[in-house]
Amino acid sequence: MSLSGIKIKDQEDLNRLQNVLKKRRNDEECSVAICGGTGCHSSGSEKVREAFQRYLERNDPEGKIKLRLTGCQGLCERGPLVVIFPQEIFYQKVSVDDVEEIIEKTVLNGEILERLLFTDPISGEKYTYSREIPFLQKQKRLLLGNNRLIEPTSIMDYISLGGYGALAGALTKMTGEEIIQEISYALLRGRGGAGFPTGQKWKECYEAVSDEKYIICNADEGDPGAFMDRSLLEGNPHLVLEGLIIGGYAVGAGEGIVYVRAEYPIAVQNINNAIKQAEKLGLLGENILGSGFNFHVRVVTGAGAFVCGETSALVEAVYGRVGEPRQKPPHLAEQGYMNKPTVVNNVESLANVTVIIRDGAERYRQVGTEKSKGTKIFSLVGKVNNTGLVEVPLGMSLREIIFEIGGGVQGGKEFKAVQTGGPSGGCIPESLLDMPTDFDELASAGSMMGSGGMIVMDEDTCMVDIARYFLNFLKEESCGRCFSCREGISRMLEIVEDISRGRSSLEQLELLMELADVVQDSTMCGLGQTSANPVLSTIRYFKDEYLAHILEKRCPAGVCHDLISFSIDKDLCTGCGACAKKCPSKAIEGVIKQAHMINLQKCTKCGICFEICKFGAVQKS
Amino acid sequence: MEEKYQDEFEEFLKALENGEVTAEYDGKEISEAVCPANGSGKGDNNEENNSIVSLLQEIQKEHHYLPADVLKEVAEKRNIPLMDIYSVATFYKSFSLEPVGKHKIVCCSGTACHVRGGKKITGEISRLLKIKPGETSKDRLFSLETVSCLGACALAPLVVVDGEYCGNMATSRIESFLEERLPLQKE
Repeated sequence: MSLSGIKIKDQEDLNRLQNVLKKRRNDEECSVAICGGTGCHSSGSEKVREAFQRYLERNDPEGKIKLRLTGCQGLCERGPLVVIFPQEIFYQKVSVDDVEEIIEKTVLNGEILERLLFTDPISGEKYTYSREIPFLQKQKRLLLGNNRLIEPTSIMDYISLGGYGALAGALTKMTGEEIIQEISYALLRGRGGAGFPTGQKWKECYEAVSDEKYIICNADEGDPGAFMDRSLLEGNPHLVLEGLIIGGYAVGAGEGIVYVRAEYPIAVQNINNAIKQAEKLGLLGENILGSGFNFHVRVVTGAGAFVCGETSALVEAVYGRVGEPRQKPPHLAEQGYMNKPTVVNNVESLANVTVIIRDGAERYRQVGTEKSKGTKIFSLVGKVNNTGLVEVPLGMSLREIIFEIGGGVQGGKEFKAVQTGGPSGGCIPESLLDMPTDFDELASAGSMMGSGGMIVMDEDTCMVDIARYFLNFLKEESCGRCFSCREGISRMLEIVEDISRGRSSLEQLELLMELADVVQDSTMCGLGQTSANPVLSTIRYFKDEYLAHILEKRCPAGVCHDLISFSIDKDLCTGCGACAKKCPSKAIEGVIKQAHMINLQKCTKCGICFEICKFGAVQKS
Repeated sequence: MEEKYQDEFEEFLKALENGEVTAEYDGKEISEAVCPANGSGKGDNNEENNSIVSLLQEIQKEHHYLPADVLKEVAEKRNIPLMDIYSVATFYKSFSLEPVGKHKIVCCSGTACHVRGGKKITGEISRLLKIKPGETSKDRLFSLETVSCLGACALAPLVVVDGEYCGNMATSRIESFLEERLPLQKE
C-alpha cells in the first residue's frame, strides 16, 4: 500500500484522517525535534540527526521515541537546536557527542544537561524550557509556531495539526466572495513590502471577467538581510500551499504558480514535495475534496534578480524572459500572466490567509494595530545578541523587538540605527525606537516595512557606508529601463563614494538630495521610486556623520577605508608579535617584547591586527 | 474508481489507528522525488517549453556555465534570437558566461554580513586567491563570487566554500580556514 492509492474525497474524510493522526501524535510518549533550518543546518544539525537516528535504531527498535527534523525554529545563531517533547526542554549548540547523553539522561530520565541550556546574554540566567526563554516568550508565533512540531516533508504531520481544515471549510461552506470579505475584514495587508490590502487585491481579480485567472506566490525573496519567506517555505510549505489554494478558489483561478529563488534549494525541494503530496491525497488537482473546484500548482525557479520582486516584472520572469517591470495600468488584476487577470501574493501573506480562514477573521483581528492586524515575521540580524527569526504582533515597538527579544546590541556597544525594509527602506535612529512597527508608522519615518529585514547597527557602523552599500546594490540590480533610476542611482553612488573618501563638498550633498528627489518622482516601478530611501533616511537622521566626512575628512565609526589609519599604542603593546606574524602586507615592524609599529606606506588597512590584538594596543583613527 | 479510492482510504485509516503504518507512510517516499525543471505547466513538455530561463538553467546545470557554442546551437534549434538568450543570460545573477573554477568560493554580501565586516572578508579572500570577485583563477582552480544574500543572516559574516556554509567568519581566521579546505599555493 502506498500513499498514491489514497484520496481524501470530502471534508468528512479529512476530519477522520485528522482525528486519527491527532490521536497518533498524542500517543507519542516523547519526541525529539532537531532544527534543520538553514542556520542550524550550516552548524551541523544533519550530523546530529544522523547520530540520533543511529543511536535510536540500536537502542529503540520499537520506535517509542519519535525523531523529527523540523524547519527553522528561530534562534538561528545558537544552532543546532534540539527540543525534547513533551517537556519542551530546549538545548542549543548540540553536537554529535551530546546525542547519547541526551537520550539516556534527558529523554529517558528527565535529567537536565546544564551545559546545553540557553544562557541569556544579558542576565546570564539559564533557561531549561523553551517557553521560558525571553526570545521566544515575547513572540507571537502564529505562523512559525508549528515549525518545530512538524517535519516539512511530511503532509501527515501537517494534517495531524488540523492542516487543510481551512481549505476544506472554505471549499464547502464559503463562496469566493465570502472568503474575500473575511480576508478584508481581517485587515490583512500584503507582507511582501508595500502593505497593500490583500482583500482588495483579490476583489479586483475576482471581479475581472475572464475564462482563466492565475494566482502567483512570490517567493523571490530578494531583499538582502531577509529570510522569512525562506523559513516558511522550508519549514512549513503546506501552510503556504493551503493559502495559495484558498486564494485560487476565492479569486476563481485555475492555476497557481510558486516563483521561488533558485538560491533556496531546500525551499524549492520542499514546496515541490508538498505539491506532489497534496496532489496525491486529492487536496490539489481535479474536484478538490468533492467541491468541484479544480486547481493546479507548479513551481518556477528564479535565476536571481532583485527587480523580479516587483509584480509586473515577476510575471515576465515566470515566462522565463528578462524581468522588467511594465507601466501600470493595466493592473495585473486585469492583465497579468498570459494577459489574464492575475493576483500576486507574498509567501507570508498566503500563510496568513490559511490562519485567517482557519481561526476566523474575528480572532485574527485581536492581534495588531488599528490598521494592520496580525503578526509580522522579522529577520532580526546584524549587531544584535539574539539573531534569528522573530514573529511579533504588529505594533510592537522597535525597542521591545531589539532589546527585549533580541537581547540588545552585541558586545555592550551603543545602538546606532536599525535598518528596515531592505534597499527600499531606511535607517531608523534611537530616538524613534518607541515607535510601533506597522506599515504606516515605518513609512512616516522614511523607511518601510518591506519584507521584514531588521538589521541592527551599532556605533561601529558608518551610515555613509550603509548608504553606499545600498546604492551599490541598487546600481547592480536596476533593470535599466528608466533613465532616472539607471543613471540617477549611479550618480548618487558616485557622490556618496566621494563623500566616503573625504573628497566632497556641501554643494555635492545638496546635489545628492536633489537627485534623490528626482529618482523618487520620475521612476516607474515601486523599487525605483523607493531606491533613494537609504540615502534620504541616513541624511535625515545622521547628517552629522555626512558632515564629518565632508568637512573634517573623518569617518566617526572608523569604517571608510580612505579616512582611517591604524597605529599601535606604545604603552599598551606587549611586543608579543602576534600582529606582525598575521599581517598580510608585512607592514608591522618591531622587536619581540618591545612595542611594535605600523609602516603606513605598506599598510593596506585590512584590520587583521586590530581584530587579533588581545591588549587593545592597535588603534583605529 | 471512486469506490476503489474509498476502500483504500478506509484501509489506510484502519492501519493508522492500529499503529501498523509508521513513518514510511508519512509521505517520505515522495520527498525523494526529483524537483522538476521549470515547465510550461500541464504536461511539462520540453519541446513546447519556451522559457529561456529554464533552458539556460538546464545548460548551466550540465556545463556549470553557459558556453557560447551551446547557446548558439540552442538558439538555432529552438528558433530563438541569440540576442534574447544573451539578454536573459546577462540579466539574471545566477548565469555565468565564463567557465567557473573547480572550487567555488561565495562570499555573502547581504546587509547583515556587510555590517558584520563581510567586505573585509571578501577583500582578504580576494588577496589570498589573487582573484577579484567575479573572477576565476587562470588555472581554473578557484572562482570567487559575491552574492546579495543567502538568507542565513544569523551566521553573518558568511562564506560558502564548495557548497559548505561557514558562518561567523573573521578576517584573521580566513587564511587558515581556506588552507584547510583548498589547495592554496604558499608564497
